[in-house]
Amino acid sequence: MQLLNKRPESLIDVPMHYCPGCGHGIVHRVIAEVMDELDIRKRTIGIAPVGCAVFADVYFNCDMIQGPHGRGPAEATGIKRAKPDTIVFSYQGDGDLASIGMAEIVHAAIRSENITVIFINNAIYGMTGGQQAPTTMPGQKTTTNPAGRDPKLAGYPIRVCEMLATLDGPAYIERVSVHNVANVLKAKRAIKKAFKTQNDGLGFSLVEVVSPCPTGWNLTPLKACEYVDKVMIPYYPLGVYKDITQSKSDISDSKKVLDKESVEK
Amino acid sequence: MRQALIIAGFGGQGVVKAGILLATAAMLENKHCTHFPSYGAEMRGGTTNCSVIISPEEIASPIINQPDTIIAMNTPSLIKFEPQLKSGGLLIYNSSLIPTPPSRTDVEVIPVPANELAEKLGATRYANMVIIGAYIGRRKVVQIGSLKNSLSIVFPKFNAETASINYQAMEEGRKFSESYAK
Amino acid sequence: MSEKKLMKGNEALAEGAVRAGCRFFAGYPITPQNEVPEYMSWRMPQAGGAFVQAESEVSAINMIYGAAATGVRCMTSSSSPGISLKQEGLSYCAGADLPLLIANVVRGGPGLGNIAGAQGDYWQSTRGGGHGDYRIFVMAPNGVNEMANFPQKCYEVAYKYRLPAMILADGIIGQMMEPVEFLYPEIDPKTLKEPAWALGVNDGREKRRVNSYDLREGFLEKMVLARAKRYREIEENEVLYEEKMLDDAEIAIVAYGTSARVSIAGMKLARENGLKVGLFRPITLWPFPKARILELSKRVKKFLVVEMSMGQMVEDVQLSLNGRAEVHLHASPGASTMTAAELYKTLENIMKKGAKEYAAAK
Repeated sequence: MQLLNKRPESLIDVPMHYCPGCGHGIVHRVIAEVMDELDIRKRTIGIAPVGCAVFADVYFNCDMIQGPHGRGPAEATGIKRAKPDTIVFSYQGDGDLASIGMAEIVHAAIRSENITVIFINNAIYGMTGGQQAPTTMPGQKTTTNPAGRDPKLAGYPIRVCEMLATLDGPAYIERVSVHNVANVLKAKRAIKKAFKTQNDGLGFSLVEVVSPCPTGWNLTPLKACEYVDKVMIPYYPLGVYKDITQSKSDISDSKKVLDKESVEK
Repeated sequence: MRQALIIAGFGGQGVVKAGILLATAAMLENKHCTHFPSYGAEMRGGTTNCSVIISPEEIASPIINQPDTIIAMNTPSLIKFEPQLKSGGLLIYNSSLIPTPPSRTDVEVIPVPANELAEKLGATRYANMVIIGAYIGRRKVVQIGSLKNSLSIVFPKFNAETASINYQAMEEGRKFSESYAK
Repeated sequence: MSEKKLMKGNEALAEGAVRAGCRFFAGYPITPQNEVPEYMSWRMPQAGGAFVQAESEVSAINMIYGAAATGVRCMTSSSSPGISLKQEGLSYCAGADLPLLIANVVRGGPGLGNIAGAQGDYWQSTRGGGHGDYRIFVMAPNGVNEMANFPQKCYEVAYKYRLPAMILADGIIGQMMEPVEFLYPEIDPKTLKEPAWALGVNDGREKRRVNSYDLREGFLEKMVLARAKRYREIEENEVLYEEKMLDDAEIAIVAYGTSARVSIAGMKLARENGLKVGLFRPITLWPFPKARILELSKRVKKFLVVEMSMGQMVEDVQLSLNGRAEVHLHASPGASTMTAAELYKTLENIMKKGAKEYAAAK
């Protein structure tokens, strides 16, 4: 008999607490496979957020830290600067990254911190019971938008990849999805590239994963995948938003001296 | 004896550095000393000052409520600090830049043409050295040799020539105040 | 050990931390502590460490949370409003049992307040400051020399007992210059043993976790109890204070930091005028020298608490004495209003005019 697949060494064999149909478990597995394949487990430090993925620090079989809501990129900065030979990833949800932690993610990107961020966008606050997230769709019902999100009162969803791609700092930004097998495979390629970007010392990498939350959306797992496909992806188009891993010219350009000498001559 | 001094002027006149020189000289003589600069919003808008205390004993607070001496490098500084000076205290002002003499009669006043004396040595930027020279000419809080030794500590980038001109400026100030008739 | 050098309090603090092995600093500009990040911005890379100007104080403390988790000696500094912002992160650091150094160069408050020195953050510092049931080790320097030499002690205690340590200074001590002598040999972090909990590169040991949570029933309580036990040990072993002229004193001034300096001048003035005044200066504000103050009450029957806040430390003195001596308060919201002459007036009111307890407060 031939063993075709097994649990990645980078994932601990414990039952996960995620709901049926949730995307977190898939993304965890993908990250673990990437850690195995790149052989970086023994020097990887992962950061678990506040939100549904809070217990990620139990699930991954590498050193893990869990800290305050939204501050993952700041923690990652401290870890990476203190121990530059580690591989550091910050695992964050949409409330964590795009609401309370907006300053931290933007500035880590601006500094081109050599870290990897995995950003799970499921358009809802799952852990606290289904409230509005910064990425909640217009009209989407949540426990704090009982009549659906009204952009006039509650604002519009934010497209994180598009926003961060406007900055000079990031090296690699891509949005993927895990609503079907083909997309899971694409997601794995993107996540692997993000970790490789860091491993090669090229700077900030972020992969946004559009991910189903059947419980928060009050849909069956299958319908939730359909919601990702038909509603979310049109609003959050998949694809590469920034990639300067081949030519580092953008980064070196930004290092041009623009001090007062340029006007003092 | 304990001496509490406030040096005030506008930014660029080197009043904070002048205070640091005095405090460093005091340290070299194993005296207790504190230096406290104006900072933050107080510095914006051009004026600046520092408080220096030199004492044979431990110094309580570096903040001076009643200075023994005021050195005013420009008119706004004189207007601000003249009323705070202790009765019987010493008021040294830069007469090159302050046309109206102080009005207090219960204090000793020395007008020092600091900019003019400095210009004779090549540039007005030595005016701060002239004026602290004038101060120690009247209040022997530290030896002029200690001030000279402080130059290389406070300004490690000075070459021998620059240090020498700064020292000459102190000497000019000292001579001026020592020969100034009350 | 080294020659005397005239240094600004903030710079002495930064240099002291580097000499004590600090190799990561994150901070954010706020007056009157700006010289700390400015100094660290060149000194850290020079020492082989890293410096980051964070986007906020919130972010800075979380960078420290991350760096401290790797076992690297690290530091952040700020002033009152910025320290308020750091409290969430500090609570996580305390909950994750991480050693680190945080400096608060206190300014006037509440709110934006002013940028002068004050002591209004006493409660915030000594009661934990953030959410949850925790303590931090707090040292109060009385001048630039102690700014330079306290970081070493802070790291020592922080690593021994695994808790954050704070240096509680004020705008005056941060901004003033005084002669400094570094009293301990420079520590090379490479010679320090890596803590058994530190995250980092490994050869395949069990994974390590740094966190402040445990949702399993009864487990968080165990963490809190273990921490409380260490707090008791700190209270037993790490109390620091200084006493001056207490042998024949009829009244003891209790003051820390800048207030203690002004109190010495007030005490001398009072002694010149025949009042038997002594000074008790807590150096650690937590642990507070409770036992020693209680012991003093066997022969000193009056205590005067002098603080640049409207009555914060006075409560710790009252708790220590538990009614065994009279407690008076000389409170001044800022340094400019705190003078030896004012203090003498208060002492005279108590000693000669029999001012009632607490009535000495302005």
